This record gives sequence, structure tokens and C-alpha cells, in this order.
Amino acid sequence: MLIKTTKASDVKPSEITSKDAFLNRRKFIQTAAIVSGASLLPPFVSSSFAAARTKYPNVKKTAYGEAEKLTTYDGLTEYNNFYEFGTGKSDPSRNAHNLKPEPWTVEITGHAAKTGKFSFDDIIKPHQLEERIYRLRCVEAWSMVIPWVGIPLADIIKRFEPTSKAKYVAFETLVDPKQMPGQKRNALDWPYVEGLRMDEAMNPLTLMAVGVYGEHMPNQNGAPIRLIVPWKYGFKGIKSIVKISFVEKQPPATWNIQAPREYGFYSNVNPNIDHPRWSQKTERRITGEGGLTALFTPKIKTQFMNGYAEEVAALYKGMDLKKFF
Amino acid sequence: MAIKRSRMVFKPLVFITSLLPLGWLIFALYSDTVLGTKYMTADPIQKLDRELGDWALILIIISLTVRPLAEIFKKGELVAYRRMIGLFAFFYVCLHLSAYVGLNLQLDIDEFIKDITKRIFITIGIITFTLLLPLAITSTKGMIKRIGGKRWQKLHMLIYPISLLGVFHFYMMVRADFTRPSIYLAVILVLLGYRIWAKRKKSRPKKVAAA
Repeated sequence: MLIKTTKASDVKPSEITSKDAFLNRRKFIQTAAIVSGASLLPPFVSSSFAAARTKYPNVKKTAYGEAEKLTTYDGLTEYNNFYEFGTGKSDPSRNAHNLKPEPWTVEITGHAAKTGKFSFDDIIKPHQLEERIYRLRCVEAWSMVIPWVGIPLADIIKRFEPTSKAKYVAFETLVDPKQMPGQKRNALDWPYVEGLRMDEAMNPLTLMAVGVYGEHMPNQNGAPIRLIVPWKYGFKGIKSIVKISFVEKQPPATWNIQAPREYGFYSNVNPNIDHPRWSQKTERRITGEGGLTALFTPKIKTQFMNGYAEEVAALYKGMDLKKFF
Repeated sequence: MAIKRSRMVFKPLVFITSLLPLGWLIFALYSDTVLGTKYMTADPIQKLDRELGDWALILIIISLTVRPLAEIFKKGELVAYRRMIGLFAFFYVCLHLSAYVGLNLQLDIDEFIKDITKRIFITIGIITFTLLLPLAITSTKGMIKRIGGKRWQKLHMLIYPISLLGVFHFYMMVRADFTRPSIYLAVILVLLGYRIWAKRKKSRPKKVAAA
């Protein structure tokens, strides 16, 4: 029997995608799979667009955000901030085909009993993949709802047995201008780095995502493995991770280095603390539908901790969130 | 007469060309709505605002190039198109501001006032818009006469600080990649440098060639 508990972060049933829309999407995916599988097509058709889409065989459904209206697959793969592929929103979908997420190695270093280099399979094989539907709130005041496939970061961390000296977890993105043409220019300081406090990393919400919509992670979304911290602004969710370190001191974070006044280490979603250049009170929900519909869609109120306060508020008890933004 | 005839051809041409960016944006929105394309991305509010601001700046810069081009190529008649280009720049600035207030802020006037007072890049944007107003108002022939050519010219030198403010507005909005505003700034500085150089050359008494 499936026992469903409703959490404060779950969303109203009124936002559920209609069955028609859902089935249409299914049909589209099937058709797309058939089309992309057809060897009759000239090679440029498949290579000019997204790489082959592969489903994960065994993904456990969870109750996380079940009722959210999802951002369409096209929406979340055509509108991205991933400066490693260019600073424009459409650059990642255009340039990410250069990335080779297979084979992939993640180096584990620092204060842990087990360290070394691990293949992508080494990292995910021992775990049950699960689907979690999370809101993603970008610091730029737009948001999406994404059905991630992943593993709770806590489960992965435990396997490497971090020592008591491991107070923070630091992450690093691949640097390879050949695969990531945006790195040919110094828009940011490469490699992109991020970090979490150990208790944030161990929170059950924190996810190592390896896919969306039951499929392998699209390159432009951070293939093959990326971080998702749903109560923090999107840029904390570092993509295409090649290194995870257990460290004693607060590790550097790319946007914090870039503009310390604008992006804090914590970067928890908070409608009461404005970005110096824009308000964080509201957000534009990106559904994937463009044109006039999106142009005239009313903005929605941003929730404290992106609606996950019940699960994470304890982490920040007694902290001045204005100071530690 | 040849000048008059060329004007009859070029004026509508400049007019239509200046409308092309707007035409493209309207078409893109239409296509995205009806055909499901993604020219304006999945976040057209942001995209539209950026595009309109970008075109406003580009047209301001083009209006600045008219006089140097006319002088360098000795085509004084080019100056006749400057007013139209300038007014189109103002038109795009108005659209840019309207899109910001109407679509981005969704007419939340409280938020708009907060933006103007609290956020320097918005403050600069509004100052730029305000400074453009007198230029747009005094662009008619009648106004030029009323003010007097010299004073009118002085007033319209405001376009240089306006263009710089516009670029700073752009700079301050960018999160990481400063390429575009840097290109705009470089072009403006070259044009400004040219103007200063040309003026000095003019005011210097001409050397009489030795007999």
C-alpha cells in the first residue's frame, strides 16, 4: 500500500498537469524515440539536435512534489544558465552536444576514509534511483518544476565515510574548453566550484541528480551528474561534477567570488532579501510554453526557502539570514 | 534635386529599417504563440525587455555615427536621417521602459518606485529616459527655430552623456559576460573622441601655406 504523506512543500492539486497534456508528452517522447532511432534519417538530423535520449530502467517514484505542474522537457532543455556553454539562455542547448558525459570520472578527495577516482557507474550503481519533483528557483527570478532522477546526496556521502574533520563538501565542474566551448572565454573563473555545509549536504532533500523525466541527464542540464539543493537558488546546483572534496573550511563558491555582495555562500531562496539589482519577492514560472501565454502569465509569489522551510529551517536556527544570505 | 530624390528613397528606407527589429520581435512572439517556436525563449518577458533595450542602445549609437560619417565621406545630406534615427531610438527606449513596467513588474507601481530609488541601474535607466525627453520634444523644425540653432545643438550634445548612461545601465545589469556592453562603450568612446578631435581641428586657425 502506498501511504502518502502531505508535506507543506507539496503543491495544490489544482496545479496538476492535465492527463491529456501528459499523454501527449508521452506520445511525443515515443515518437521522438522512434524518429531518432530510425537509421534512415540523414545523420545531421539527429546530431544537430539533442543527443540520444536514454531511459533509466528502474526509477522509484516518490511523493516529492507529485502535484506540481511540470515544466516541459523542451522548456527545461532549451532555457538554461550553464555558462560553460555560453552566457545566453539558448547557448547551452546549442553547444552542449560537445560534451561527452560517457565515460565520466568523479574524484573523491579530502577528509574521508574512502577516496579516489570513481566512474559514474561506481557512484550510482549501489543506489536505487528515485524521481523527485522539485521547484527550481533561479536567482534571476524565474523558476521551473523539474522531475529529477537522482540519489540523495547523503546516501552517496555515507559510502565514502567522511571523518569528523569534514565540515563542508566542495564540488567542482569539469574544465575542458573543447567540450565546454564557453570556457574559452573568462565569463567566470573556471572551474565552477560550489559547496555545502555538511548538514546541508546530508539533508534528505539534497539530491545528486543524474537525469530528468526518467531519462539520462541532458548535457545542457549538467550531464552526467549534478547537484540539486531545492531550497537554494539554482546556481548552487553545480553541474557536470568531476570532483567532490570533504573539507574543513567553507569552500569557495563561484558566484560568491564573482560578486560577493550579490551572491552569498548560503544563497537560500528568500523573498525577504532582495538581490541588490532586483526583487526576489516574485518569480516567473517557466512552464515551457512561450509566446504570448508566457508574456502575460501572472508572476507567482516566491516562497521562503522555496517552499521547503519545514524540511530545512532547522539548519539555520539562530542564524541571521540577512548576514548569511 | 538629386539630394531630394535620394531622400525620397532613403527616408522610407531608414524608417522601415528602424522598424525591422520591432517587426522581428512581433513576428517571433506570434510564431512562438502559434507555431510553438522558441525564438523568444521560454521566458519571453525577460527576452523582450533585453531586446528592446539593446535596440534602443544600438539606434542611439547609430544616430551618433551619422555626423562623423557625413563629414568623413563629405555627404552632408546624411544628417537629414539623424533625427529619424534618434526618434526611433527614443521609441525603443519607451517600449523598453513599458515592457519593464508593464510585463516584468506587471504594473506593480510600488515595486517600480522601489526599483528607481533602491536599484542604481534602474535609477540610471530612468535618468537616461528623462534626459532623452527634451531631445525628443525639441526634434521638430519649429522647435529648432524657436530655440535657435546654436542652443539646440548644445542641448542635443546631451546625447553623448545619454549614450554613456545607457551603456552603464547595460553594464550594471549584466551578471558575468561584459562583451556586448564593452563593444558599445568602445564605439561610443571612439565617436566621442572623433567629435572632440574634429571640433579642435575646426577651432584651430587654419595654417596658411607658406608661399
